[in-house]
Amino acid sequence: MAIISITNLKQGYGKTTVLNDINLQVAAGEILALIGPSGAGKTTLVSTIMGMLKPKEGEVIVLGQHMPRRESLAQIGYMAQSDALYDELTAQENLVFFCEMQGVNKKVQSQRIAHAAAVVNLTMDLNKRVKNYSGGMKRRLSLAIALISDPPLLILDEPTVGIDPELRQQIWHELHQMAAAGKTILLTTHVMEDAEEANQVLMIRGGEAIAQGTPAALLSQYQVTSIEQVFLQAGRDQDAHNRNR
Amino acid sequence: MRTIGIVKRVFKEMLRDKRTLVLMFIGPLFILSLVFFLFQNTSQTKTTLVVRQVDSELVTALKNDHLRVKSIHDQRAATTIIRQHDYAGLLTQKGDQLKLVLANSDQSKSTVIKQSIQQAQVKLKTQAAAATLKSEAATIKKLAAALAALTKSTTFAGHSGKATVASAKNYQLKTKYLYGSQDSTYFDTLLPILMGFIVFFFVFLISGIALLRERTAGTLYRLLATPIKRSEIIAGYLLGYGAFAIVQTLMVVIFTIYVFNIQIIGNIGLVILINLLMAAVALAIGLFISTFANSEFQMMQFIPIVAIPQIFFSGIIALDTMPNWLQVIAHLMPLYYGANSMTAVIEKGATFSTIAPNLGVLAVMTIIFLILNNQTLKRYRQV
Ligand SMILES: Nc1ncnc2c1ncn2[C@@H]1O[C@H](COP(=O)(O)OP(=O)(O)OP(=O)(O)O)[C@@H](O)[C@H]1O
Ligand SMILES: [Mg+2]
Repeated sequence: MAIISITNLKQGYGKTTVLNDINLQVAAGEILALIGPSGAGKTTLVSTIMGMLKPKEGEVIVLGQHMPRRESLAQIGYMAQSDALYDELTAQENLVFFCEMQGVNKKVQSQRIAHAAAVVNLTMDLNKRVKNYSGGMKRRLSLAIALISDPPLLILDEPTVGIDPELRQQIWHELHQMAAAGKTILLTTHVMEDAEEANQVLMIRGGEAIAQGTPAALLSQYQVTSIEQVFLQAGRDQDAHNRNR
Repeated sequence: MRTIGIVKRVFKEMLRDKRTLVLMFIGPLFILSLVFFLFQNTSQTKTTLVVRQVDSELVTALKNDHLRVKSIHDQRAATTIIRQHDYAGLLTQKGDQLKLVLANSDQSKSTVIKQSIQQAQVKLKTQAAAATLKSEAATIKKLAAALAALTKSTTFAGHSGKATVASAKNYQLKTKYLYGSQDSTYFDTLLPILMGFIVFFFVFLISGIALLRERTAGTLYRLLATPIKRSEIIAGYLLGYGAFAIVQTLMVVIFTIYVFNIQIIGNIGLVILINLLMAAVALAIGLFISTFANSEFQMMQFIPIVAIPQIFFSGIIALDTMPNWLQVIAHLMPLYYGANSMTAVIEKGATFSTIAPNLGVLAVMTIIFLILNNQTLKRYRQV
């Protein structure tokens, strides 16, 4: 059964349309990378999957439920594109707060916090106020907050921005482990290496899905050697197509 | 429960933000004290009382450091004379009847005049009492002499020693005010209004800015990406900042009673209740208004629109002197209801049932704005 199932989605703000005719199926245990130029509509798609925005047309089913649905958010671990943390609180207090909001059982709370902090290497800095954190530390804390409820679905909006290569590897190791345990992960990224780690890649450009498939399938389809080249080629094809119309 | 989580977080953030704490708790006391000294300190006031056909002893007794007394013979109506010459007051006498007309436009001057008249009467009475004592002493002396004479001679002179009792005139004072009433020392008039306003203003500002920060920092959006209900967020804010508002209210009330020695005729519990309702309205309005501001600076711009006008409709200017459409506006202002109830309780000893309608309106306003808040949060999450 698909964890995320999107059919004929049209989405936008007010009268402007941002996404058109998006179809997507993500199965349990899959890692989906969403790539596309800035302003393509990646965050908009993510918000729609979370149910923060109502679909204009089409339907979005997440974990077997039509979105938007507030209760479903308990099963989604979310990392926003911009860090949204309480600066006056310590990292530990931020984590506890989001445990409470996410509805994490009090008994497992401290163990979850310890695990999430370890994944992002923040164990030693948990008692620092967030306002004294560096940019990368804040990013890592945001990721830890997404992991805190050990959810079946993780939605990460540009999780690797500002994270050093060593830590990036460590995080990917953790994500693969989670996927192996049956968790579904959706992430947006501008880093092609991240896309190559995923099971499935969805490219959005100008509000349309221009390429979709496993990294290997995309490489052979476009007869190129890197995802970056796929991305560039698919973009050129789209432009040519639009000119001919 | 998620609401409790939000309350705990609000507490932590507030307790760490020392400046806001000081602003919220010391600020109101500072403003109240300033106003108190501004209007209470009459020791510097010097004023002139005009008298017409008043006993000369009384006139002499009236004179003191703060009061000059001026006699006139102008026979026109007191109000005319006061208006024409801008006197602070005019005292006239008919028999024992004193009639005092006060302009009362400057209440500290009225206070000086009233105090001086009281003091003068006390002075005259003590003088009279002293005179009585003196004459009684003389009588006793005479009696003693007569008694001595009696023991010497056998004839009894039979002396009737009647002491002459010097009685002070018992003046009856009637006071008339051109403006205001006898209750108005200015601070007394201002205090109930000021108390309500201060609670409203600080709670409005602090809760509004708090939610604004949460919005601009993106944490509100992040919060709504958890399964929390919108109403739980509003409730958390209401309880969290409400607790601080309660402490602030108590401080203001206690300060007024014990430091300014303001007499509260009605029930203190009612005063606190009114203030709490004011805080609730302010909280709800503050949260609501903050959705229309994109920065703290913009939030400040709402103060002259939302907060300041309320002062003028709170009873400082009598409502029945306003044109109808302004009266309608007054009835939309929370402070109108708050200050009216407060004045009624503090100065007239009103009971709960008297102010209940006002309190009801405040409660309804709070609920309306809370519902509006709940709706505006839909901007961030549509369920
Ligand atoms: N709240 C909003 N109101 C109106 N338009 C918006 C809003 N958010 C995004 N947009 C518009 O929708 C389009 C897609 O934005 P979106 O944030 O989804 O892009 P993105 O792919 O995430 O870009 P980036 O890689 O820079 O994060 C943009 O043209 C943007 O201007
Ligand atoms: Mg984005």
